[in-house]
Amino acid sequence: MEQTMLSMKNISKAFNGIEVLKSVDFSVEKGEVHALMGGNGAGKSTLMKILTGVYTADGGDVFIEGKPVTINDMKDARANKISMIFQEFSLIPTLTVAENIFLTREAKTSLGLLNDKECVEKTRDLLKELEVDINPNELVGNLGVGYWQMTEIAKALSQEAKILIMDEPTSSLTKNETEILFKFINKLKRKGISIIYISHRMDEIFEICDRITILRDGKNMVTENCKDIPLETVIQHIVGAEMDKAFEWQERSYPHGSNPILEVKNLASGSRVNDISFKLYPGEILGIAGLMGSGRSEVARSIFGIDPIDSGEVFIKGEKQSIKNPTDAISAGLALIPEDRRVQGLVLAHSVKENMILPILSKLKKGPFVDDRKAIELSNELVKKLNIKTDNIYKTTSLLSGGNQQKIVLAKWLANDPDVLILDEPTIGVDIGAKTEIIDIIRELADSGKSILVISSELPELLAVSDRVIVLHDGRVVKELNRKEIQAEEELQHAIQGY
Amino acid sequence: MLSKDIKMKDPINAAPYKSGKTFDWRDYIVYIAFVGVLVYFSISLFDEGFLSSQNLMNIFRQTAMISIMAVAMTFVISTGEIDLSVGSITALASLTTALAIQAGFGLFGGVVVGLGTGILIGLINGLLITKVAIPSFLVTLGMMGIVRGLAMWSTNTAPVPILDQNFNFFFGSGDLGPIPILLVWTFVFALVGHILLRKTSFGRQTLATGGNESAAKFSGVKTAKVKLMVFIGTGLAAGFAGILYAGRMQAGRYTFGEGDELSVIAAVILGGTALAGGVGTVVGTVIGSLMIGTINNGLIIMGLDVSQQMIVRGLIIILAVAIGRKTIKR
Ligand SMILES: Nc1ncnc2c1ncn2[C@@H]1O[C@H](COP(=O)(O)OP(=O)(O)OP(=O)(O)O)[C@@H](O)[C@H]1O
Ligand SMILES: [Mg+2]
Repeated sequence: MEQTMLSMKNISKAFNGIEVLKSVDFSVEKGEVHALMGGNGAGKSTLMKILTGVYTADGGDVFIEGKPVTINDMKDARANKISMIFQEFSLIPTLTVAENIFLTREAKTSLGLLNDKECVEKTRDLLKELEVDINPNELVGNLGVGYWQMTEIAKALSQEAKILIMDEPTSSLTKNETEILFKFINKLKRKGISIIYISHRMDEIFEICDRITILRDGKNMVTENCKDIPLETVIQHIVGAEMDKAFEWQERSYPHGSNPILEVKNLASGSRVNDISFKLYPGEILGIAGLMGSGRSEVARSIFGIDPIDSGEVFIKGEKQSIKNPTDAISAGLALIPEDRRVQGLVLAHSVKENMILPILSKLKKGPFVDDRKAIELSNELVKKLNIKTDNIYKTTSLLSGGNQQKIVLAKWLANDPDVLILDEPTIGVDIGAKTEIIDIIRELADSGKSILVISSELPELLAVSDRVIVLHDGRVVKELNRKEIQAEEELQHAIQGY
Repeated sequence: MLSKDIKMKDPINAAPYKSGKTFDWRDYIVYIAFVGVLVYFSISLFDEGFLSSQNLMNIFRQTAMISIMAVAMTFVISTGEIDLSVGSITALASLTTALAIQAGFGLFGGVVVGLGTGILIGLINGLLITKVAIPSFLVTLGMMGIVRGLAMWSTNTAPVPILDQNFNFFFGSGDLGPIPILLVWTFVFALVGHILLRKTSFGRQTLATGGNESAAKFSGVKTAKVKLMVFIGTGLAAGFAGILYAGRMQAGRYTFGEGDELSVIAAVILGGTALAGGVGTVVGTVIGSLMIGTINNGLIIMGLDVSQQMIVRGLIIILAVAIGRKTIKR
């Protein structure tokens, strides 16, 4: 028998007079996985933050198992068995995994002191159930991004939540980890736990979810069973228009000469990059594939001078480089859009405009001052080009939705007009509309003669843009594939997993 | 989606983390430095009696107040805050204690008044920081001046003698057999502080607050309450240090604890607590303050004058923190 676990009725919310939720209804059954979808800035995270007491709604009611409830803070949410895995991570880097999971709920000895042993044991059991091998005594700050996420989920589960909110849980997970997560979600479903699943990845939604609710501009568009709604309709509701086939690979003739613009020879750096060699030609888009931990991001980081190079050589336009820091890299004509954008790519306390012009301040100079008119012009142009949803360019970036923050980092580096652009997971967290925009922008840039390295775990996206793909494993190039030779996504998947 | 026949890879092999907390000798720099300083003075000052039990007990006497305040300061710095008012609080607390005893409240009354003075100022600090949201550096910098001023003003800069010999014995000058009473108090504070930080949820929440305040809030930590508590803690510890100064000198005086805030903070940072918050150790703090005390003592025996002492002490602190860079970078 179906039973409504949660229902939210007529929820409204405005920030500074701007309405971001307009009388939204949302309900979840017991043991249901319910997808909450919508473009960047549609109001998904805001709705969930109201449910968890981070924000207070201006109007509307929340019912749990039919009973009206008031949720003013995290504690109320927890008391109602609601738990959220935040898009912004809610872990403390200086505490261990076990300490984080049981923070404020630690096991106590009979004397009332902390019983760390028991917490560690419980954590070990929990992680075993999740099928993740993380040392409970490891400092969270030492974990890779994917393992942070796993820890987050473990933490929520340890709170015996009945309603679990996952805001883009897979955006930093590999295919394997995603599979493990999905298996786990199915297990939870059988236990009668309801899951609210926010994601921009259509294939995931259709694989794992029972129903879909779509928001656009803070309004309900549709709620429908997953099996009864075709993909095209979903996209149409999200974007508000028909979409072209941006995800298909378009045969492209790029003006590549025989001289590579970037050549990397036997690069080694730290423990993750062992022996990497490749060439990138002018106007070419080279995809880098591999499992998490295979050294994809680290290659980019060492080329860009963030991680020190232990051995090997980097040539740009045939000239040997000695790049020691990002400033050297930028003046050599490189640009890197990092994977963890919120942390590495943005000054969250500054405005949209200030973030955008940061890397090009020297180009905007008018005498000793920054040419503000030009800066404003440029920022507005970029906001329009990438369709960034913000009230204006003076809004503090921390107040933008997750996807829109990602777009700003992208905009920031596009403004710099580099020769070689390294994109690490360029579409993480952006909606389907913006994804195709970004893919189009990458193509346009390559057509105009720029050379681009794209690192991505999303194979459809990688296959859509790359002229050539190299596959990394354990810090080495194990395979090189010409895009034309790749017939299906499975082929690349096999190449990645096969080692 | 992914076809079923693809062999699932064990995530363990792709695990990008190191197993366990890795050993780094830099984490132990204060202990290494402390041993180094001890060995150096033991050899070079052997004839002057550096190693005599009398001198060693003297070091404990001289560092007791710093150690006690530093234990409490470890909590404040672990939350990512700072308290500059502790030195001034000792002065005012020594005077209020002395005045209370003079007025006939007795030993017990005097201690209550002294502790109360510290707690009250700590509470005001904490409320200004958490409710009015003024940075702790500014609040306590202001409070440092206000409290020292109050101490001067309360008795017109005159010292207030304490004639209660029981008080003077238990809170300063006494010895229990060979062990100075000040060492006993230091030990009590260090033990309580260590258990509080490592073994209670309050300690865990203190570290969480400094590690990432918003994440701590999301996890249900009442970070404002934690901060209020740690400032009450430094107030209390400074009040107690004031009582000990009064007992040791058999008087309350507005000059007590001048510059102590710097020694206290240096001891905490030397001990390995991160100035940015999130990482703290009470044991390290106590070693840190003992090290500062030992250096002071050794330099005095060596016959260096005050100005030279200040220079050498400053150099050693900068050197130790620089070598153990982890303590600043966390
Ligand atoms: N605290 C705030 N102050 C002002 N505006 C805010 C605040 N929080 C969110 N907004 C605005 O509300 C809108 C909805 O944001 P929300 O984070 O809910 O979007 P989202 O649907 O989660 O998008 P994404 O897919 O990009 O994560 C955005 O336009 C955002 O700028
Ligand atoms: Mg969001």
